[in-house]
Amino acid sequence: MKTENQKAWFFVLPVLLLVAFNAIIPMMTVVNYSVQETFGDNLFFWEGLTWFEQLLNSERFYNALGRQFLFTFLILIIEVPLGIAIALAMPRKGFWVPVCLVLMSLPMLIPWNVVGAMWNIFALPDIGLLGYTLNHVLGINYDMTQDPIAAWFTIITMDVWHWTSLVVLLSYAGLVSIPEAYYQAAKIDGASNWSVFRFIQLPKMKNVLTIAILLRFMDSFNIYTEPFVLTGGGPGNSTTLLSIDLVKIALGQFDLGPAAAMSLIYFAITLLVSWLFYTLMNREDLNTEGER
Amino acid sequence: MQKRSIVPIVYILFLMLPIYWLIAMSFKTTNEILAGFSLFPQTFTIEAYVTIFTDPTWYWGYINSIIYVSLNTVISVCVALPAAYAFSRYRFLGDKQLFFWLLTNRMAPAAVFALPFFQLYSAVGLFDTHLAVALAHCLFNIPLAVWILEGFMGGVPKELDETAYVDGYSFPHFFVKIFLPTIKAGVGVTAFFCFMFSWVELLLAKTLTAVAAKPIAATMTKTASSAGYELGLLAAAGTLTIVPGAIVIYFVRNYIAKGFAMGRV
Repeated sequence: MKTENQKAWFFVLPVLLLVAFNAIIPMMTVVNYSVQETFGDNLFFWEGLTWFEQLLNSERFYNALGRQFLFTFLILIIEVPLGIAIALAMPRKGFWVPVCLVLMSLPMLIPWNVVGAMWNIFALPDIGLLGYTLNHVLGINYDMTQDPIAAWFTIITMDVWHWTSLVVLLSYAGLVSIPEAYYQAAKIDGASNWSVFRFIQLPKMKNVLTIAILLRFMDSFNIYTEPFVLTGGGPGNSTTLLSIDLVKIALGQFDLGPAAAMSLIYFAITLLVSWLFYTLMNREDLNTEGER
Repeated sequence: MQKRSIVPIVYILFLMLPIYWLIAMSFKTTNEILAGFSLFPQTFTIEAYVTIFTDPTWYWGYINSIIYVSLNTVISVCVALPAAYAFSRYRFLGDKQLFFWLLTNRMAPAAVFALPFFQLYSAVGLFDTHLAVALAHCLFNIPLAVWILEGFMGGVPKELDETAYVDGYSFPHFFVKIFLPTIKAGVGVTAFFCFMFSWVELLLAKTLTAVAAKPIAATMTKTASSAGYELGLLAAAGTLTIVPGAIVIYFVRNYIAKGFAMGRV
C-alpha cells in the first residue's frame, strides 16, 4: 500500500521541469503556428481555425492518415503473432538463451536512418541481395521504385525485421516467469498444447503483450525516418505516411500553419488510441491484483 | 525439441541477412558494388575503414554521437531515480495524471517537433552543442527511464525502506547505500535503454546541430550527396554504427527482456 505524501512532488520536480521545457514550449509554438499564416520574414497573420477546417476537408490528409493506419494495422497483425510464435519456440534455459537474445536485439540498436539506407541497398533490383534474389533467382518482377505493392512489401518487411524482436523479448519475459509446476499440473490433466497456450501461457503474457502492443502502436504510428529513407514516400504517393506528408508540408513547402494544425490532429489521434490502451492496461493490473 | 528450434534459427538468419549484406558491402570497392551482384567481396578492401578512422570529419561524427548519448544517459537516469521512487512509494496529488502525461511525450512524433526545437534551442543559445541534443532527447528518454525504474522499484518490498528508517538511516544514506544496490540491475537496464534510444534517434540530433556537435548520421548524409554515391564508405560507416549498441547489449544480456517489459514481469 502506498502512503499519501505530498512532499513526493519534490522528487518529481526535476523530471517535470526538464520534460516540460522540451514538451510544453515546442508544443505552444506549434499551437501558435496552427492559427496563423506566415509569408516568411517572421510576419504572422491571425487565421483562426481555417487550417483545421481546410485539413479536415482535404482528401490528401485522409489518404495519408489512411496509409498510416494501414501500415500500423499490418505490422501489428504480423509482428504480434509472429513474435509470440518465436518466443514459444525459444529455448528456456542454457547457453543459447543469451546468444538468441543478443542477436535478436541487434536490429533495434541500429540508427533509424541506417536501417532505411541498408534496406534501400538490400532491395536494389540488380545489386542488392533481396532484390537480386527476387528478380533473378525466383523470377519475380520486383522494383520498389516503380511498383507500389513492392514498395509496401519492402517497408512492411523492414519493420518486421526491425521490431518483431521487441514482441519476442516481451513475450519471452512473460513465458519464463511461469513456474514449472503449472506445466506439470497441465500434463497431469492431459491438457493439449493449445489449451496450455490458451489457459496458461497467454494469460501470463497478457500484461507484457499489452506493453508490446502499446509501444509498437506508438512507434509505428509515428514512424518517419525509416520509410522516408527507404522509399521517400514513393512511388508517387503510395508510401507517403502521415508523418512523411507532414514533413513535406512543414519543411518542403514551409507551410507552417497547415503543418502545425496537422501535427496537433496527428498528436491527438495518437494520444487517444494510446490512452485507450493505457486504461485497458491499468484495468488489467487492477484485476490481477484483486485476484491475489 | 529439435524441430521447435528451427523457428528461432530461421528468424535469426532472416535478421542477419541485411546486416551481413551491409558488412559484406563495406569490404567491397564502390566499383564492385555498382558493377553487379556478388555474394562475397571479390577484391577484399579495408580502405573504407581506413578513411573513416583517419579523416577527422568522419571519426568526429562518432565521438560527437557518443558524447551526447552518454550525457543524455547520465541526465536521464539521475533525474528519473528520485521521480520513480516517488511514483512507486507515495500517493500524491495528480500522480496518475502526471505519470500519463510523461508517457504521452513518447508519443509525440519527433517530425512534428523538429522546427520548434530548432527555434527553442537557438533562442537559449544552445544550438550546435552536445548539451542541446542531450537535453532534447530527455523528452522521450526521461519518461521511459521513469517507467522502467518504477517497474523495478515496485518489485522491492516496502519493508526494506521501513527497516532502514527504524535502524536510523537518513533518507539519502538509505537511498544510496541500500536502495540503489538492490535495484542495480534496473539502473543498468534503464541506462542501456536511454543509450539505445538516444543512439538510434537522429532527426532531432540532426536538426539541433551544424558543425561542432554533428552526429555521425549527418556526416553520412552529407557524404552521400557531396561525394557522389560512395556506397562502400557508407556501408562501412553504417556497420560501425552497430558496434556501440552491440557492445553495451552484451553487458545487459540477461536483463534485456525484463527491461523491455518495463520491469513488470
